[in-house]
Amino acid sequence: MNDLQSPLADLKNAVPAEGVVIPLSRARIGDRGVIIEVRAESHPGDHGVALAELQRRLLEFGFVEGARVEVLHEGAIRHDPIAVRLDDMRVALRRRDAEDVRVLLDRPRP
Amino acid sequence: MTDAAQSAPLGGGSRNKETTGAQATRLAPARVALVGNPNSGKTALFNALTGSRQKVANYAGVTVERKEGHVQTADGRTLSVLDLPGTYSLRARSPDEVVTRDAVLGKLAGEESPDVLICVADATNLRLVLRLILELKQVGRPMVLALNMYDIAQRQGLRIDLEGLARELGCPIVTTVATRKRGIAELVGKVDDMILTGAVAGTNAWREPDAGQIRHAHREAQRILKAYVRPPERPDTLTGKVDAVLLHPIAGLAILLGLLFLMFQGVFTWAGPAQDLISNGFAALGGLIGQALPDGLLKSFLVDGVIAGVGSVLVFLPQILILFFFILLLEDFGYMARAAFLMDRIMGGAGLHGRAFIPLLSSFACAIPGIMATRVIDNKRDRLTTILVAPLMTCSARIPVYTLIISAFIPDRKVWGGMSLQGLTMFGLYAAGIASALLVSLITRKIFWRGAAEPFLMELPAYKAPDPENVARNLLLRARIFLTRAGVIIFPLMVAVWVLSTFPSAPAGSAGPAIDYSFAGMIGHAVQPLLAPIGFNWQMTVALVPGFAAREVAVAALGTVYAIGDGAGGGTLGSILAGHWSLATGLSFLAWYVFAPQCASTLGVVKRETNSWLWPAVMLVYMTALAYLAAFIVYQTAAALGGA
Repeated sequence: MNDLQSPLADLKNAVPAEGVVIPLSRARIGDRGVIIEVRAESHPGDHGVALAELQRRLLEFGFVEGARVEVLHEGAIRHDPIAVRLDDMRVALRRRDAEDVRVLLDRPRP
Repeated sequence: MTDAAQSAPLGGGSRNKETTGAQATRLAPARVALVGNPNSGKTALFNALTGSRQKVANYAGVTVERKEGHVQTADGRTLSVLDLPGTYSLRARSPDEVVTRDAVLGKLAGEESPDVLICVADATNLRLVLRLILELKQVGRPMVLALNMYDIAQRQGLRIDLEGLARELGCPIVTTVATRKRGIAELVGKVDDMILTGAVAGTNAWREPDAGQIRHAHREAQRILKAYVRPPERPDTLTGKVDAVLLHPIAGLAILLGLLFLMFQGVFTWAGPAQDLISNGFAALGGLIGQALPDGLLKSFLVDGVIAGVGSVLVFLPQILILFFFILLLEDFGYMARAAFLMDRIMGGAGLHGRAFIPLLSSFACAIPGIMATRVIDNKRDRLTTILVAPLMTCSARIPVYTLIISAFIPDRKVWGGMSLQGLTMFGLYAAGIASALLVSLITRKIFWRGAAEPFLMELPAYKAPDPENVARNLLLRARIFLTRAGVIIFPLMVAVWVLSTFPSAPAGSAGPAIDYSFAGMIGHAVQPLLAPIGFNWQMTVALVPGFAAREVAVAALGTVYAIGDGAGGGTLGSILAGHWSLATGLSFLAWYVFAPQCASTLGVVKRETNSWLWPAVMLVYMTALAYLAAFIVYQTAAALGGA
């Protein structure tokens, strides 16, 4: 999982199995799991704000370690943005800003 | 405060140091501020508390709306209630959130710090607000927690240990249902208790949290939730089901387009009769006064200046009300966040934020509420881009101009199997506005600020049935804001225009039209050579001068120029224009109006929203340049094809 250059590059090919950790930016509809890490490292200068600021905003919205997350909806164009269930609330975000959220998937995709 | 203390018989002492006995005779009402997450029903609670005793203004120096109201306690004292903008954190990221933070911290210029905070929470969605409460606790101000939407929580079978939670948080809790006015008296009572017992603010220990502290606060919130809140037995499944349709990549977009279509139908069809009523009413009033008064300056001032001026503002009220009715309804329902989700990628292609969708939509009614609505966009650059392109959206003030010119120059016939050519032209003008807005924002993003767009993080609130009272109250509020802000600017301009086109009056026995001798005539003649390459005659340039007051004024001004100019001209204005202008000139005038910044009010609002003359100047220059270019191309092309 070190190759994080393009969040959507191998979206179609990747078949994460149980216990696999993926960035939330690569998750597809139906993927669910637990957030195990929220970093501040991917694509600095690509978010319009500093990485640490993006990280704090994600944390403030409840993207914290231990939170349950499930992808509910995807946008029409390039499956972006995504709407996720985050614990008991619903949040929309762009894939670009979701890359630093690492999710431990519950089970492989059907 | 000192003045009041000296003149009042019971006066003496600063009120914050007063103790229980003297509290009842306080000179100024105690101040209460409402804080909470967006979508927590904070505004509904504010309305339930204050009823119609509200005042809306701006905070000093910034453009954030300041809503204040009053509420009576059980024993008749008055509390002043301030509705602060919704926020997830005291770490402010937008001008609105800065106001909330500074107000809570007591650092807001021109504002005294609140005596008691009411933290408003959606009882069904406590996680994020608990973190905000923990932050507010650090500020040390006396606080009451209002668990709002408690009826929904009960319906879902959500159990909250109120006593335990109150003990844990160290503040009293009141359950409320703002939309049904439940729990309001109790909430006021609790706040009043705090004031009467002289609860004073502790020391402020709040500092901007770093990532580690936010994580820690979340763990705390999680622990509190686990200890005092039992998850709902019947969680809301409706929102998920509705979202499956409304957020569907294809069906969702189709529904959004359908809604937009319905909105435009509403704005342009349903508003028609009311608008006719208003304009006919003012025309009749003008006629009555015209008959009652002798000819002369006073009559001309009242009929052509005052009544026509007020009428030109009021005539847009029906459209603005209908548009805001839809927007408020959809907002209350929880749809607006979904619309931003659906539109984000599409708007993002043009360098716009998903949230720019709502302001740009409002701009179809009028750019002024649209530009004011850009406050929902956190990032300054995203907001500026939206402000700059908002006036390119075809506002309703262009409609009278478009309608007049189209009816005069575009033949009323069917093309391509039953489509009206006039309707198609109207559609084309709208499309040109939208396309140019997207293009300008793309160019702005590429040239002026190349940085990536602001993160797009947005809560999708649970759907709720809109509260009719809330919608009605906000609708009235919007109407009031429009009338005062637009009226204050447009009306004096109309009077100024009347002065320009009346003085100096024509010399006795002169053969030429009276307006030819006025200031407006002079300006028109002076500017006309500049506008000759785009096919404008001097009557048009004269009409453009008052047209700067507001776009639709140009129609009245053309009427004035031609009616005054030609004496008692027979026929409608449209037929007069068709007789005086070439087709190329008519089309050129339409093209001009797609782009021209013919609206002083818009420029004024941009100045206020950006706190600088730079951006209105940029807007004036770029829009005028675009208008000239478009009119030039259209006129020269049409003339070359034989339309001159």
